[in-house]
Amino acid sequence: MSIRENFVVPKRYNTIAISLMVVGILAIVGLYVTSGSKESEHEQARFWASLLQNSVYFLLVVNASMFFICATTLAWGGWQMAFRRVTEAISAVVPVLGVICGAILLAVVFGGQHAIYHWSDAHHVEGDPTLLHKKGFLNPVFFSVVTVLTILLWSVLGWKMRQLSRSLDNNPLPTVEERKKYIWKNTVWAAVYIVVFSLTVMSSLPWLWLMSIDAHWYSTMYSWYTFASTFVAGVALIALFVVFLKNNGYLEYTNNEHLHDIGKFMFAFSVFWTYLWFSQFMLIWYANIPEETVYFKPRAEGAYSGIFWLMFLINFLAPLLLLMTRGAKRNYGTITFMALLIIFGHWLDFYQMVFPSPMTDEKGVTHVPMILYDFGVALGFVGLIMFSVGRALTKAPLLAKNHPFIKESLIHHT
Amino acid sequence: MAVKKFVVGNFDDEAVLFPAVKKVRRAGYKIHDVFTPFPIHGLDHAMGLRDTSLHTAGFIYGITGTTTAVSFITWALTIDWQLNFGGKPFFSLPAWIPITFELTVLFAAVGMVLTFCYLCQLAPFVKKDHFNPRSTDDTFVMALECTEKTNEAEALSFLQSLGAKDVKVDYKETGWWLGRYDKDTKRFEKKAEAVH
Repeated sequence: MSIRENFVVPKRYNTIAISLMVVGILAIVGLYVTSGSKESEHEQARFWASLLQNSVYFLLVVNASMFFICATTLAWGGWQMAFRRVTEAISAVVPVLGVICGAILLAVVFGGQHAIYHWSDAHHVEGDPTLLHKKGFLNPVFFSVVTVLTILLWSVLGWKMRQLSRSLDNNPLPTVEERKKYIWKNTVWAAVYIVVFSLTVMSSLPWLWLMSIDAHWYSTMYSWYTFASTFVAGVALIALFVVFLKNNGYLEYTNNEHLHDIGKFMFAFSVFWTYLWFSQFMLIWYANIPEETVYFKPRAEGAYSGIFWLMFLINFLAPLLLLMTRGAKRNYGTITFMALLIIFGHWLDFYQMVFPSPMTDEKGVTHVPMILYDFGVALGFVGLIMFSVGRALTKAPLLAKNHPFIKESLIHHT
Repeated sequence: MAVKKFVVGNFDDEAVLFPAVKKVRRAGYKIHDVFTPFPIHGLDHAMGLRDTSLHTAGFIYGITGTTTAVSFITWALTIDWQLNFGGKPFFSLPAWIPITFELTVLFAAVGMVLTFCYLCQLAPFVKKDHFNPRSTDDTFVMALECTEKTNEAEALSFLQSLGAKDVKVDYKETGWWLGRYDKDTKRFEKKAEAVH
């Protein structure tokens, strides 16, 4: 059998993707009719919170793919080369989701959705000493500049990394000198991306996009914790696409050894996520200061406690126990199941990050909204990712065959 | 302890060693072990060794550590000596998680090191005997275990034909100071019958 280098989108694949997108649009319309179009600020907030949660989550998940590429490039890793095109295709969705997410964020800030971002209400901020103090950081101008700049930089730098990879497809590098030069060029651009990434997702962006929903509360760990959440889900997404392509007879050179290493990433970063999640919780629980515990009151003990502890079960205990053995990480079924579970689990994580504050009514009672709509919206984004990744996969051969490190990946052995 | 008879060959190239291992196995000889100066990826697979159970042992040690930590702290702080920390309940699990984690790691790490030493027959004052001291320096040493069906002369020339240098027949004591490794002492007792 000859090597199938170019991906052809199966018909059923696109049918599924488009019908998922239709489900998503129906859910958004349904949500708009039932809450978004209502007079009450809290009803509207429910609509926007759902869009906010889903778009931010899925944007960060696909963006984790580019982080994966750049981190392995900086580490001079070779093992991932066999399926590198898959990660590139996933990261190609960043501009698409970036535009959607940016539009939603700006709409929330400038559309008067003060129930989500209290700090965007200038009148309210004047009478609130804490928010007044944070005004230099939490204001619409700074927020929108950082948001637009971040999404732009991610897209451009990601495009540059993909461009570098594809430039070799019809242009093999004959001498060692040229190859060294190429690796160095890759290293520099990857480093630039990592710097941007660490200044955004790893340190400040989740403060703006997510933590500022609870504007009075703060946690310095929050961004790391968000990063861990999206990175493990991002690796799970890579695993899903690798398994999908393997099952369709592509990626001949990707084998159990590579899948094993992806599984290790899923396992390790699930534990890493738990470490951050628990550290954030324990310090606040231990100090027991009211202005800090206010965040965990509705989550760990209140209306969201079910989701909170379910998350612990499927984001920590399940990966820890089910992905621990060597056999599990090499098994397509287990990896697929765990990847789906992890993506869902971290979606729940974002759910309980975003919703409790907008869902608190005037009397201070927190509600859990009807979650089925949010599942619908999430499915819409899943469909969009499926469709866009499928399209991106067809654009380039599935094997970066002229990359200097490709041999290392082909003989990879864990 | 059992003294066994081995046919030993010396390889100086990985590229020769790998096909040799495959051919030796296909010919039906029993490979006792291959001694190398550094770890070689894929050699365990080529030799048909089963996966180690060390990680299962590690899991059990870890669980033991978790249980020890949780049960001891629970007993100490809720039954034996109740202390009030800032009005927290006596049974306050979140505060104990770091210690539980540490004990899990400690038990797993120490337990696995000791188990590893046991499996490799390493201990203070236990002398290890080499088939060929060059296996600690620059060559790969393959030892075939002789059974009653083995024809040494044939095995020697077979190893030589596969690229082995200084092939020889050797006798080694198997097992170690606890004597648990190999109880089969009778078969190769008679050293005098050996071919020279």
